[in-house]
Amino acid sequence: MKLQEHGAPSGGLASPASSPWRRPSLTRVVLFVEKTLAIADVEVRKLRHDPTELLTRAVQPALWLLIFGEVFTRIRAIPTGGLPYLDFMAPGILAQSVLFIAIFSGIAIIWERDLGIVHKFLASPTPRTALVLGKALAAGVRGLSQAIIIYLLALVLGVRLSWNPLALLGVLVFVLLGAACFSTFSLIIACLVKTRERFMGIGQVLTMPLFFASNAIYPIAIMPTWLQAIAQANPLTYEVDGLRALMLGSGMSPGGLTLDFAVLLAVTAVLVVIGGWLYPRVAV
Amino acid sequence: MEKTGKAGGHVTYLESEQAAVLMMLQTEALTRRFGRLTAVDALTLSVKAGEVFGLLGPNGAGKSTVIKMLTTLLPPTAGTARVAGYDIVRQAAQVRRVIGYVPQLLSADGALTGYENLLVFARLYELPRRERDQRIHEALAFMNLDDVADRLVGTYSGGMIRRLEIAQATLHQPQMLFLDEPTVGLDPLAREVVWDHLEQLRAEMGTTILLTTHYMDEAERLCTRVAIMHLGKVAALGTPTELKASIGGEEVTLDDVFVHYAGGTLESGGNYRETARTRRTVRRLG
Repeated sequence: MKLQEHGAPSGGLASPASSPWRRPSLTRVVLFVEKTLAIADVEVRKLRHDPTELLTRAVQPALWLLIFGEVFTRIRAIPTGGLPYLDFMAPGILAQSVLFIAIFSGIAIIWERDLGIVHKFLASPTPRTALVLGKALAAGVRGLSQAIIIYLLALVLGVRLSWNPLALLGVLVFVLLGAACFSTFSLIIACLVKTRERFMGIGQVLTMPLFFASNAIYPIAIMPTWLQAIAQANPLTYEVDGLRALMLGSGMSPGGLTLDFAVLLAVTAVLVVIGGWLYPRVAV
Repeated sequence: MEKTGKAGGHVTYLESEQAAVLMMLQTEALTRRFGRLTAVDALTLSVKAGEVFGLLGPNGAGKSTVIKMLTTLLPPTAGTARVAGYDIVRQAAQVRRVIGYVPQLLSADGALTGYENLLVFARLYELPRRERDQRIHEALAFMNLDDVADRLVGTYSGGMIRRLEIAQATLHQPQMLFLDEPTVGLDPLAREVVWDHLEQLRAEMGTTILLTTHYMDEAERLCTRVAIMHLGKVAALGTPTELKASIGGEEVTLDDVFVHYAGGTLESGGNYRETARTRRTVRRLG
């Protein structure tokens, strides 16, 4: 019995008790969560070491609110259901910054692939979906930093935000979920294209249509029919819709928060499964 | 091993299990094709527990592809392999638990501290929470990195990074360690230190090591046995001494052996992408 000498799980095939698949399912769930958090923790620690990215990321939403918002709130060209235009667009800009910060997060995968970090993670006993979900969660944390900045800006600009604790909790959930959704989408693209140049190209091509074919800065109702159809199929629309209802507390959401949440959750779940399936290809 | 062998040379289930255990690594006709290119061509090898086995060969000989298959990163096109008794395809999850892997490319995260680089793997390899800090600091101390544990890895030297990567890959005390070109891009002094640590690792932990290299001095210094690969096949296999004897002469170096078995293919030096990667690694480590 040479095996014990090496401290191996006793007996290989002979002892199925050592197989991770035979463990009680609760342990497996706990381990899955622990490993997802370990991956997310890595990204959060990197942000703590160098938070410059969060600050530079804040410039763009600030410009949208300060310039675009301030101008359009004066001309009252867009029907917002009685809201000041700035109030209407603030949740849209939060959704936008969540989208922007998440949609380029996949480039980190390509970077890690070119180094060799991905290979080491893939050779460790970590479920592929935990690797993907960990990255998604980290994107969520980045998204939350944007939420704080946009709340501060909105306060300064006099947007009437809802401070209901439940609504704030809801905003937190929607930011995490939206960032998870778009960052996993980004990861899938990264797994498919595998080079930085192609990824940046595709990222640029995708962001603007996703943003403009949504209800972020104007309501769907004023769009031409064909664009309405696209907007209805755009996950960002549901992100904006949920955030608008929660942040303004004025129940603008026609589909209802539950629908917004369900759509985002379902899309994210599907993307995570696809991402977990594609992720090992990065190492090839 | 007294278990009865069946007639006709077929080993019983138990016997094959035990053989697999005595052999830390066994490959049988392991093959990987990329389109029309056969990168690894029916490779059959075995590595005993405690060995340091070297895969030698020019760029493009298939060394890295072998390692990628054995570390479950790349499914084989045909053939099988067992690591510590586990099948690399059907029992990939178990294989991942008992191996450590240091990729050829730079794999430590420069934006994290040395400690943090180990912490994430302590969590992924399920080290008990109570033991984590102690094991991390032991691993860092073993590689002489304890006093730089809280510095960002981006500020480390090439040799320190390699040692950190080995610490990462051995934190969970793997039975088998895979090292892909462990000293590529390091200066002679840093290579010496990495070699010392690998020897120490083998002496103190009994870790079986499979490494790829195209440095003959490295193979001679570390390996108990080497296989020289050429165009996806093993061209020669044995201890460095045996290989030198095989082409005769007193003055023969392992370099001569290498040229003898893998020579004549000066144009096999990898493609543009590989070259770019290696150069980048060298630059970052250097």
